[in-house]
Amino acid sequence: MDITIAIFITLVGAATPILIAALGELVVEKAGVLNLGVEGMMLVGAIAGFAAQFYTGNPYLALLAGAFAGAATSMIFGFLTLSLSANQTATGLALTIFGTGFSALAGAPFSARPIELMRPLFPAELATHPMWRVLFGYSAPVYFSFFMVFAIWYFLKKTRAGLILRAVGENDLSAHSIGYSVKGVRYAAVMFGGAMAGIAGACFPLLLTPQWAERMTAGRGWIAVALVVFASWKPFRLLAGAYLFGLVMTMELYAKAGGGPLSIIPSELWAALPYLATIVVLVLISLRRDASTNAPACLGKPFLPSN
Amino acid sequence: MPHRLELTGITKRFPGVLANDNVSFAVRPGEIHALLGENGAGKSTLVKMIYGIMQPDAGEIRWNGQPISVANPKAARKLGIGMVFQHFSLFEALTVLENIALGMDSKIPSRELEARIRQVMSTYGLLLDPHRTVATLSVGERQRIEIVRALLLDPKLLIMDEPTSVLTPQEVEQLFEVLRKLAAQGCSILYISHKLHEIKALCDTATILRGGKLVDTCDPRQETSRSMAEKMIGAGLKDIVRAAGRSLGEPKLVVSRLSTVKTGHFEVPVDDVSFTVRVGEIFGIAGVAGNGQNALLDALSGEIRSDDKNAVAIDGYPLGLLDTTGRRKHGLCAVPEERNGHAAVSDFTLSDNSILTARDRLGMVMLGLINSGAAKTYTGKVIADFAVKALGPASTAGSLSGGNLQKYIMGREILQKPSVLVVSQPTWGVDAGAAAAIHQSLVDLAAAGSAIVVISQDLDELRALCDTLAVINMGRLSAARPVSEVSVEEIGLLMGGVHGTAEAHDAVPA
Repeated sequence: MDITIAIFITLVGAATPILIAALGELVVEKAGVLNLGVEGMMLVGAIAGFAAQFYTGNPYLALLAGAFAGAATSMIFGFLTLSLSANQTATGLALTIFGTGFSALAGAPFSARPIELMRPLFPAELATHPMWRVLFGYSAPVYFSFFMVFAIWYFLKKTRAGLILRAVGENDLSAHSIGYSVKGVRYAAVMFGGAMAGIAGACFPLLLTPQWAERMTAGRGWIAVALVVFASWKPFRLLAGAYLFGLVMTMELYAKAGGGPLSIIPSELWAALPYLATIVVLVLISLRRDASTNAPACLGKPFLPSN
Repeated sequence: MPHRLELTGITKRFPGVLANDNVSFAVRPGEIHALLGENGAGKSTLVKMIYGIMQPDAGEIRWNGQPISVANPKAARKLGIGMVFQHFSLFEALTVLENIALGMDSKIPSRELEARIRQVMSTYGLLLDPHRTVATLSVGERQRIEIVRALLLDPKLLIMDEPTSVLTPQEVEQLFEVLRKLAAQGCSILYISHKLHEIKALCDTATILRGGKLVDTCDPRQETSRSMAEKMIGAGLKDIVRAAGRSLGEPKLVVSRLSTVKTGHFEVPVDDVSFTVRVGEIFGIAGVAGNGQNALLDALSGEIRSDDKNAVAIDGYPLGLLDTTGRRKHGLCAVPEERNGHAAVSDFTLSDNSILTARDRLGMVMLGLINSGAAKTYTGKVIADFAVKALGPASTAGSLSGGNLQKYIMGREILQKPSVLVVSQPTWGVDAGAAAAIHQSLVDLAAAGSAIVVISQDLDELRALCDTLAVINMGRLSAARPVSEVSVEEIGLLMGGVHGTAEAHDAVPA
């Protein structure tokens, strides 16, 4: 019982940043932009969040700092791909390389200087019983991620702004000819995606390891990108996918700790599993032709109006 | 009463081109006014300025007597100007309702919008399910969405850009009913077209443009189609010249029981199609877009190979198992509908595009090495013979206008002297003068002994060009009949898929 709850709580911790980053990327891709720089934006968000927590000790300010830093980083991508029509794939990859380097540079002075982890949102009395801990034992970003799953679903499906965003991702030239600002919508989406990636990045020092470590997001940004495809651009499927990947990552931790039956498989293999699963999922999806029909038709294509 | 819309001295200049040169005309309330001209005559530029997509360099636009400047399409719609584009600005993955909601400037709750849409639909007899996904709709139905979208704004002027190019004759008649109803209620209509008989049937006034200049404003009912066409192209119109006493020869292309499998979501496959084209015959296949024409072209060209070697045969030689290259070697050339990306690679030069389809027939490749001199010479000949407006063989395909690219593609295939030529939409978007030239070259090719298959949605074209006509509907081909024996109404019924009628005709020996 206790071990199950402990596993579940670790799982939530692992899944939350992936979910938040992937939700941001989902909105970006729905607007027709493929930003492969999620990992880089997460790292910039992580160092910004770490620094803010280090100096202020206010985790909410730290999350906000992460969001700002992620959004600012995404604007580099936005300017290059949307204003200058640079290739989105190449720019996204460059953004990840930039984010990795920048965060390592900015993080150097903080090495071996721990910060305080973010405390659970609800008072401890609510979460004394293990069962209650499963519901009330988490800090704010976890609840935020659940809220955002619903909010993004509602936004895309039910609001006019969401409809416009989908339209821009579906057929940019038509949206332009009707009179919507394709670039404006895409800038907003990219900035939102950047802010979400930044928050996701800030979750690493605030929720998981209260020490600065280079590349502390450890490729989770890539998993987030793959998840969006895995989930066929649907927020609730994204939730399921993030928790599936979270589960595999949690298994790795327990295998490492020598957790009984799990250690039959070496922990290195467990560690590799999420990435292997990502590859398998992407292969399966490209084999299934129908899945791609839900993809925004303009995904990754630069917007070049004729006049 | 002031004019609904009055243009005075409108001029618009693009780098190197004067798109509109001092154009003036006026539209009265409730008038159906045709805007007539060839491709590149400046019609589109002119309406884009009325609709606020572009701004004129000089001249004045008056709306109900007041001088205005239309900053953007939103401002145009606010004034009461609606527009239905030739190329629909629809979102395939979204529903009808969502598509219409996107076109509305004011925020309307979707339930209220749906009620209003249903009301407009029933008033004008435009039937559509608001919750259908656009990708599942026919072209005619898609056009209805655009019309409903425009009508919801209660326009005082509706601009229709080549609205009938993709419709069946029955759909055209329904559209005209809607437009007449609108005009009777006082809405002015600016109707862009180059189909002269439609303009004669529908419009009160016609303004003719040529090379950006206003040529004439006339009453189309007082003019003949020919006189308007000649004003449009600025010269006498050439008729298709056929050699006298021509008789059709032996069967050349025999297609038997040709079928394809459904590939994409919205692709209609070919279903058990059989027909024979004789030496010297031009065989027309009519049909509304999306009824299997693409699959049929691909199955004939070899892009889709058959399992049965006898499904496609030339002079008794089975080609069914061969791919495009193999079929081309045996004399079967094809021109698909989509110019950019299918018939030609837009980023390649014309010369390289010639190599892609003519290499084997004209020996442009020896031992794997390209003979670029031969390709260049051949491309130069295509450009000269078909009056393609291009700088030369080194121009990229993408730099040509649609009509010019089509002339090049048609020329590239015709000059290879194929024994069988299959073309889809040979004159789509090509101006009247060039279309006549393309038609003439097809007739000449047939006269020289080739068998030709023309897949087109333009009935006028098919009736003028073909010896024999069949209709494709949902992937099935009707019985072939001599073109002189079928009426437009019958073809229209077959295109609309009234199967009972189709079977009744099958029973009648042609």
